[in-house]
Amino acid sequence: MAIKKFAVACYDDEAVLFPAIDKVRNSGYKLHDVYTPFPVHGLDQAMGLKETDLHIAGFIYGITGTSTAVGFMSWIFTKDWPINFGGKPHFSLPAFIPITFELTVLFAAVGMVLTFCYLNQIMPGVKKHVFHPRQTDDTFVVAIELSEHTSEAEVLEFLKSTGANETNVQVAESEWWYGRFDKKEAYELS
Amino acid sequence: MNERFEISPRLRNTSLALIAVGIIALVAGLFNLKLSHDHVDQTRFWIVLLHNSVFFAMVTVASIFILAATSLAQGGWIVAYRRVPEAIGANMWLFGGIAVVVLLSIVYFFQIDGHNPIFHWVHPDGDTILEGKKAFLNPTMFTAFTVITVALWSYFGFKFRAISLAQDLAPKGKTKLYFYNMKVAALFLVVFCLTMMSTTPWLWVMSIDAHWYSTLFSWYNFASSFVSGMAMIMLWVVYLKNQGNLKIVNKEHIHDLGKFLFAFSVFWTYLWFSQFMLIWYANIPEETTYFKVRMQGPYSIIFYANFIINFIMPILILMARPSKRNYFTVTFMAMIIVFGHWLDFFQMEMPGPLGAHWHLGWYEIGIFTGFIGLFIFAVSKSLAKHSLVTSNNPLLKETIIHQS
Repeated sequence: MAIKKFAVACYDDEAVLFPAIDKVRNSGYKLHDVYTPFPVHGLDQAMGLKETDLHIAGFIYGITGTSTAVGFMSWIFTKDWPINFGGKPHFSLPAFIPITFELTVLFAAVGMVLTFCYLNQIMPGVKKHVFHPRQTDDTFVVAIELSEHTSEAEVLEFLKSTGANETNVQVAESEWWYGRFDKKEAYELS
Repeated sequence: MNERFEISPRLRNTSLALIAVGIIALVAGLFNLKLSHDHVDQTRFWIVLLHNSVFFAMVTVASIFILAATSLAQGGWIVAYRRVPEAIGANMWLFGGIAVVVLLSIVYFFQIDGHNPIFHWVHPDGDTILEGKKAFLNPTMFTAFTVITVALWSYFGFKFRAISLAQDLAPKGKTKLYFYNMKVAALFLVVFCLTMMSTTPWLWVMSIDAHWYSTLFSWYNFASSFVSGMAMIMLWVVYLKNQGNLKIVNKEHIHDLGKFLFAFSVFWTYLWFSQFMLIWYANIPEETTYFKVRMQGPYSIIFYANFIINFIMPILILMARPSKRNYFTVTFMAMIIVFGHWLDFFQMEMPGPLGAHWHLGWYEIGIFTGFIGLFIFAVSKSLAKHSLVTSNNPLLKETIIHQS
């Protein structure tokens, strides 16, 4: 829950966007995020994002699902409520495999979706500030986080020099929050 | 782009030495096993040849399949080392031909006391089940299917390579051959469905246990041979990269092949287990005999080794992203996978004719070594004949900047 100040620059073209991101990073400004209308290959590397750890989380969820399924079924069919199915042994692993597989996939899938939502800070009901209405349409939007020491005019000048066709400064919530957009007073900087 | 591969003397000598080991094993087998009076030894002579020739024929056709599938799907990732599966596929005539010779020799020339110990259906007299299957399982049908299958595979193996070589010489920017290649690929997939994915494993492998049948069998064989085929391609790509060839191949391409090894190992396990579980669950005696001898009988070591090598190892070792991008890990796993699926075919084919008298000794390993040598020799010859990198392929740029 931190209200911060952002400098926003809009670009028309990927070919301008990539050098601009390079310049922003080289000049030491803090890149908040880049919003594009479609997934752009190589943008992660250009922005210097680190490899995601989502797959490690997925592995842990999967293992949890496997052990839940095997453990629970073994307990049910050997201790809690043993039933004779066609003369098979009570602990018959081959019959458990399909359910074990399904539960592994279910745990991994649901867990990874929730983790993905958390990492990207999206969830039903969560409000995100939209820096530019055309960022889902035809415009590439770069947002730079400003500190109180940064000179706004200097940043906007710099962004213009990287080829931005529209620049402005916005005050916005930087984290995720449940609430309403129209609390104007929240955006007033103290 | 033109990049030639020169066969190093070391590679040629190694492959010739391996072939020599194979020939020595074959000759020794001829005297010790074939001419022996023991029926088990005579059967062992033929079944080992069948095992290896069928395995290598199926591994070779897997390369043609991956060419057809990626051509049709316009996969750019494989174009960087497309010449490797092309070179393997161009040798289809050799490995298919050996398989035809071995299979037909077994059907026509191998019999002990009036019956065929490997293909019982050759002399079905008095066996009501085999007499019922006679319309399909008879020497004429077997010969026709086998010869036509191998002829078609060899034709398409040559064809894909010829189109790709013609594309090199075609004027820049012309896509006529590229789309022609897609048409040929579509045609090959139809052939592949009707052969490798159905009839071929029925006739070549499943008919060894002629009383038993499984509707999943061909898919299971396909998965087994396909993942070993991808492993072979991987080994060649890493070898060529080590020799300083294939400069446009990088970790992204290796990662893609690694994903194939991982995914199709899991796919193989899925089919392997599906086939097993239905039979285990239904518990019908004429079906369970197949697994009785393999799981609880003399083959239980191989049966469980098969599962560990072909499922547990790939899923644990190849799961992480860094291990699919590491040249050592993927090479190691590719070798393990080829050996594991060779073992898988071993446990499919040996129990029927040999029963408890199986060996994994000098003869089996010797013949396997000989086939590996022949594979290295033949494929390196094909690779050296033409440029290692395709030019004028419309997907060439895509493959150079590829990110997996």
